[in-house]
Formats: sequence, C-alpha cells, structure tokens
Amino acid sequence: MKPTDVDDPRYYHKVVDCQWACPAHTNVPAYIRLIAQGRYTESYLLNRQSNVFPGVLGRTCDRPCEPACRRGRVDEKPVAICRLKRVASDLRDDIRPFLPTAPEEKNGKRVALVGAGPASLTVANDLLPLGYSVTIFEKNTEPGGLMRINIPSFRLPASVLDEECGYIIDMGAEMRYGTPVTSLKALLDEGFDAVFVGSGAPKGKELDIPGRHDDPAHVHIGIEWLANVHFRHVEKIEPRVVIIGVGNTAMDCCRTAKRLGATDVKVVARRGRKHFKASPWELEDAVEEQVEIVENRSPRRMIVEGGRLTGMEFDVLEWSEDASGRQSSRVVRTEIVPCDAVILAIGQENNFPWIERDIGVEFDAHGMPVVDRVTHRSTHPRVFFGGDAAWGPQNIIWAVAHGHQAAISIDLACQGRPVTDRPPEGMTLVSVKNGLHSWAYDNDFDPSARQVMRHEELTRRFQALNVEVELGFSPEQVATEVSRCLNCDIQTHFTPKRCIECDACIDVCPTNCLTITTNHSPEAELRQRLSAPAVNLSQEIYLSEPLPQTTRVMVKDEDVCLHCGLCAERCPTAAWDMRLFDLLKPVAGAACGQPELVNA
Amino acid sequence: MTSIVKPPVRHPSLRTNALGLTLRDYEGVMSTLCAGCGHDSVTAALVQAAWELELEPHRAAKMSGIGCSSKTTAYFMKQSHGFNSVHGRMPSVTTGAAAANRGLTYIGISGDGDSLSIGLGQMCHAIRRNVDMLYVIENNGVYGLTKGQFSASADVGSTSKRGEANEQAPIDPVLLALSIGATFVARSFSGDKKQLVPILKAGLSHKGLALVDVISPCVTFNDHDGSTKSYKYTRDHEVEAVEADYVPVHLEITLPERAAPSDGGGELHVVPMHDGSAVRLRATAAGYDPTDRASAYAHVRACQARGEVATGLLFIDPASRDMHDQLRTTAAPLVDLPFESLCPGAAALDALMKRHR
Repeated sequence: MKPTDVDDPRYYHKVVDCQWACPAHTNVPAYIRLIAQGRYTESYLLNRQSNVFPGVLGRTCDRPCEPACRRGRVDEKPVAICRLKRVASDLRDDIRPFLPTAPEEKNGKRVALVGAGPASLTVANDLLPLGYSVTIFEKNTEPGGLMRINIPSFRLPASVLDEECGYIIDMGAEMRYGTPVTSLKALLDEGFDAVFVGSGAPKGKELDIPGRHDDPAHVHIGIEWLANVHFRHVEKIEPRVVIIGVGNTAMDCCRTAKRLGATDVKVVARRGRKHFKASPWELEDAVEEQVEIVENRSPRRMIVEGGRLTGMEFDVLEWSEDASGRQSSRVVRTEIVPCDAVILAIGQENNFPWIERDIGVEFDAHGMPVVDRVTHRSTHPRVFFGGDAAWGPQNIIWAVAHGHQAAISIDLACQGRPVTDRPPEGMTLVSVKNGLHSWAYDNDFDPSARQVMRHEELTRRFQALNVEVELGFSPEQVATEVSRCLNCDIQTHFTPKRCIECDACIDVCPTNCLTITTNHSPEAELRQRLSAPAVNLSQEIYLSEPLPQTTRVMVKDEDVCLHCGLCAERCPTAAWDMRLFDLLKPVAGAACGQPELVNA
Repeated sequence: MTSIVKPPVRHPSLRTNALGLTLRDYEGVMSTLCAGCGHDSVTAALVQAAWELELEPHRAAKMSGIGCSSKTTAYFMKQSHGFNSVHGRMPSVTTGAAAANRGLTYIGISGDGDSLSIGLGQMCHAIRRNVDMLYVIENNGVYGLTKGQFSASADVGSTSKRGEANEQAPIDPVLLALSIGATFVARSFSGDKKQLVPILKAGLSHKGLALVDVISPCVTFNDHDGSTKSYKYTRDHEVEAVEADYVPVHLEITLPERAAPSDGGGELHVVPMHDGSAVRLRATAAGYDPTDRASAYAHVRACQARGEVATGLLFIDPASRDMHDQLRTTAAPLVDLPFESLCPGAAALDALMKRHR
C-alpha cells in the first residue's frame, strides 16, 4: 500500500464524517465549538457560509450528517447536530451587519432564477455580492418555495423562514412575485445572461386505483393539500383519515390532519418499517401524536358509496427475501379500512410544461432535463438546473449544495470561462498545541447520552396549526450535547521522521486505532492485521512513510478514533500532533481557477 | 503524563477472554511517567499477557519498591492486590507474601536502581529461594526519577545526557541470576511486544522466580546518541538468542509458525510448565541449549563480547522447585487454614521446642 497523501484536502475532509456527508459540506465541529463557547452569532455565520438557512435547516434538515457521525459508531447515538444548529440560530444576535452586501456598481450581467425556493435563493446569495443583477420569478406571493407551502408551520415557524429569505432578497434581488414562468424561450429572449431553474418537483404522484376519482372532494394529493392548508383554502378535515405513503410528506400530512380535526389518522405503508422513507424522528413525532402506522398494506381500491368515500380496501402483504436479497411479496388477504378522507403522499414528480422542447434544452426518456452532475448546466449553454428540478426530489440541504455549485458555473459562464474550470478545494492545517498537554480544544471525552428534544405538550400543540412542537434544547442540554462532539476536524497529524517507535501512542490509544507494522501486503490484508481489524471499509486507513529506525510504517484506522489527543500527549517527539483542519470550499467568484489564492 | 483520563470508550470489536473481560479491564490508572517511557510499553505488554492468560485480577498481587519502574504497578490491573514497599525491599516483601499465601500470582516490578543497587541483596536471595513470582526489571541504565545519574546497569563508556562517560563496570542481572541458580531467565525490549508478551506469559506460568530483564529506554535522560540503552541502540544491537512462544493449556502443541532463522538455528525445545501449558523455544544459534545453564551463560557472555544484547527466554529449568517445594510447606495458603491448625496452642509449641532441646 502506498503512503497516504494528507496534503490532499480530501483525506482529512473524509475524516470529518459529518462535513463529508453534508451535501453543502457544512463545517459542523467548528460551529459546535462556537456554540460551546457561547459564540452563537459566529456559529450561525459559519453555518450560513455553507448551508445558507441555519434556522430552517436546524428544524427541518434530513440530517445526512447524523447517521455519518463518528459518535454513533463509538456510542449509541450520534451528536444532535441538526438541533444544535437551531440553537445557534435561536440565540444569535442581529447578524445583518456581518452579511455580505451587493456592490452599488453592477457587473452588467443579468441572471434569472425560476422559483424562489432554497436552490434559487442560494444562487442569489452567492451571485449578488459579486455584482450580478438577479431577478427571481415566483408564482406565489412569498419566497421559500416548498419550505413555506409544504412544511407545516408547527415544524417551521414562518418568521424563521421570512428572516432567512430576507437576508438574501434584501441584498437586492429583484423579486417578481405572482409571476409563474410560462415560457423559457420568452425568458431567454429577455436577454438574461443565464437562467437558473430551481422550480422544484411540484407535482404530487397519482395513484390510479378503482374508485380514485369517484369522490374527488375527499381524496387529496399530499403536497397540494399541504399547500392548500398553508393558503387557508383548507381549514378542516373529516374525522377518519387514511394517508397513503410513508415518506416525510406523509408525516407532515398526518400531523397536519390531526390539527385540522381528524381524530383517527392512519398512515398506510406497502412495506415494513425498515424500508420507510420517512426520517425516524419524524415517525416518532407522528406516533407521539397518536397517528397509527400500518405496515404491509397495498392499496386495492377506494370504496365510494352513493358518491361518498366510506373506506379503502387493501391487500395485506407478506414479504420475503430470496438469496440475492431481492424482496417479493404475496397477498395474504384483503382488508377494508373505513375512512372519510384519503391523502396520497407517495412521491413527487417534476413538471416542465413551460420549457419548450426546441430551444436547445434536451430532455431524457423520463421527461427530465439532461443536466451535468458537476456543473449543473443543461444542454443549453445559458440554462442551469438545481434543487429538485435537476434530478428529482431530494431535500433542502441538497438544493442548497446545488445552488452553490450552479452559482460557480453561472459566474464562470458569465465571465467567459469554461464551466469545467472549477476552483479546487483547499485546506488549512494548524497545530492546536498550546503547551505541554494543553490544547486549543476540549479533548476530554464526555460519556453523556444524546439529549432528547423537548416537545410542546400534546394538549397545547393542537390548539393552533402554528404552535411549534419542538421547543429547542435547554441551556443545560446545549452544554451537554456540544461536549459530545468528538472534534473530528482536529486531526491526528503524523510526522514519520520524528518517530522513535516507542509504542507509546499505540499503548495509550483507547480504541486501538494505531499499529506499527511492516508494509508488505495489500490493503485488504493489512486491514486484518492491525491492533484491531479495520473492518469498516467506508473509513480510510492512514499509512505513513517508512519510520527511521526499522523502516516499518505507522498505520491508523480512522474508523473509531476519538480525537482525544492522547497519542499526541504521549508522543515524546511530537511526531503525533493535533491539527485543526479547515476545508476551503470553492464559492462563486472566490479565486475561480486560481488555486494559489484558494490555498493561500 | 496526560491531561485527561483515558476515555472509557473501547473498540467495538474488542474481544473478551474466558472470564468475560476485555483488554481494557486489565488496565490501571493513567500513567504519570514521561511521554514515551519504555515502562508504559512494558505495562501494556503485562496487560496483554494477563488478558491472554485469563488471569483473574483478584487472584493477583502487584509488588513494587521505589522508582519510576515501581510506579507502574498502579498502571495495570486496577482490581488486583498490590504492595508498594520500601526502596529495594520488593523481593523480601514478596517472599513473605508468597510464603503466607501461595494461592496468588505475584507480579514484582522493579528497576535497575531498585534491584541492582539498593535491593541487590534482596533480589539475589529471592532468586536463591526461587520464590514463585514474575520478577520484571525495567532496566534503563539511569536514575530517571533523580534526574539522570548512571545506575548500576550502565555500560562502561556509555554517556550521560550531558556527556560524561561511565567508568564503572555494570551489573548484568541476567548473568547474575544465571550464576546464582535462577530457574527462568529472560531478556527483552519494551519496543518489541511480539517477543515480550510470550516471555511474560511463560514467566507468569513458571513455577519459581521468573526473572525478566526488560531494556526499557528512559526517553528523558537516556535516549541519546551516547546511550547504550536507547531505542535506537537496542534496536541496532539486539540479537534474539531464543525465540519463545507460549502455548496455553488448552491448545495442542504444534510446531511454531515462525520460520527457522536463516543463520542455521537450533533445535526446537518444548518445555512443559507445571500448570500444563508449554513453552516452545528455538535458539537462533546452533549448539545453544536454553535448558542448559552453562550454555546460556556462555552464549550471553559471547554476545556481550561482540557488543550484542542477547534477548529472548535465555534459560529455563524444567525441573524448577520453588520455595514451597524446598521448604515443604503446607499446600494451602495460610488464610485457608483453620485457626486451630495455624495456631495449635501452647502445648504444641512446647512439644516443638522439646524437639530442639
């Protein structure tokens, strides 16, 4: 195996599991440390550099960071990263003085953004400070897209969304509310230098079963129904409601139904619990509100008697798995569930009737635009896609990540550079040694368990639709939860030429991460003969240059390293050092194509 | 030293031994020795050996005197008994403890100061009595705790950190032990756990005193270019005289997996231990028999003359008789004897006295 190149930012970046897993690569450990120090404003601003909507995402993010969190591999549960983000947002001071501003003098380039959702707003956020004139077309009268109309206000208060959208819009975006784009050709003809399509996946999927259209007043499409609730077109629902589907939209539908008068709410899923698409915490919240989750039921027909929906018939399924792991089902029996209303929450689709098929934007066989995965450019040189509009429904944090990348492309394109000429990632790596056994971070392991979010009382939360359920962490909970973070961005950095092979680091490592051994076998074999076998293949192993005394090598399995710094404290020659890694992420306008500036 | 206590988290795949204990359960408190001290590696090797031997922590006693080495009994097996005695008196205290309670496993940890200066006489007599114990000398050639003066094991010509050369001849605990009848003599290096752990296991299973001289560099005062007990010097001059491999009771004895050394190599000796386990020995030099005292003595001297440090399980006496065998003491630890047998009263004492009149 070749020695590891730790000068490549990707190696240490991957060690920071949360940051690596976050599509926008939010610097999680750094912002958690700022919270620990009570520096909420700085924490919020650090967050905002990557994810733009810390207040919104601190309540609604799908949290790809948390399953990745190293704490989950050494302890039972990961750090409550998402809800700590909310803490920074809730407790910050006024951040407006610290926000970038748009220059008075524009650069003469005009960019149109379709839809005022998270993807478009991120593009605006990145391009406005560079002097671009940005126009956002939005069919509704307020910004936010699905964040506003599809996420119920008991999960996300409107004030939080207003404030974070406002930060961007107030930089000087021209907002055209109530203006659905009906023709991309017409938009391009207005002379925009670039058009970004961030219009989401606004169409709910249909379920074509017998009886579906026999009582249309009582069968709803989930996201449309949620939007109607938002706009107050719908203010109540019948007592017995069946929700079809078990994703996060289904969770929002069932909990909203409970607040609009439903008393008996069932969420019906085709498959077993481990295949549910909904996030586990959203499922828990629904169950806490006495929503019944019914597994292994496949819709058969809707029963409409005398023009009125009275129930639904389901096939009761039994699932089995063959040797290759493929699932198959068989119908055991059928079952009738009486109900007064049905909400279909089985997914969303894209819908581009407003994009002419002859203007150079190619579509594939599934009706999706052909979009480059890296540059976000379509086959039309001036048209870019991001968010759910690009490759179908994902979640908010992905839309934000897309927005950042698309902004880089739009900037390059408008400056006449190839969009593939992307600025590279950089890093800084600085020792955190203050003195003998003194570090610029708290390296002591805190064995506390993950804090449980406090919820509004059940009786009070149904009094109004906008009573926020999650109350946020108490100060004591914050203090405990921040100390659970292992500071994975404080890297164990090894200088082979200093090592005297005394074994001190190997002996002291609490989780058997280190081995000094010969480098004679391929990686798979090497992984087996370490102090503890390195079985988690998703985690890298570090291999040093040959050591001076014996030419053996130092090997580190990154998997369960606690970043406690004991290897560095026990090292007599400072061959091991703890160093703060900071990933320098490319952003639009910042040293595009000039790596030396990014690395400076 | 470290600023924090070792986190309680352990590797998820850490195995348990037959007692249901992990390696971590054999650890002690955090070491306060210098970072990089060889003694901490010896501690780690002891933890490994005790875990592999499935030693019951409450059936072991850790004995020590004074010095950096003698602090290390605190750093392993925190659930075991222990006695931290006066400087150099560890062998005598252990002799007493072993006489009173033969049911425990005695682990004596000492250093070149504690055993080769102030406690030299104590050590010699414990060896003569063949007290059933593991006797580890953490040997670094220097008085670390008092800022780096030469110890009795410092080689002629080796220099202190400030440059003065030592002119007094060293005491080699291995040669000394061989000359006064030790039944188990080994030398190893803290930087080579592959060698050290099997030796410690064999030593713990040996009936009688198992002397293990471990070159354990003092990273603060004796790890410099003029040192003959530094990591680098030991690595450059170490010659493994005997490869040792410990075979637990429940494993069948088979030929060692390790290939025979290229320089000829001696024959394989399988030495049965009193508890049913065995030690497999293979001398790396032809004609050297690790069960023959004269051969071992000659070999160590020859290595010394060539400037080499002979390591390995250098000598073992398969017919070892320990202190209790020699003194024909009662088979049960005194603590298990009923009071009447232990203290039979004035009449019994009179009868005993009469026999000597």
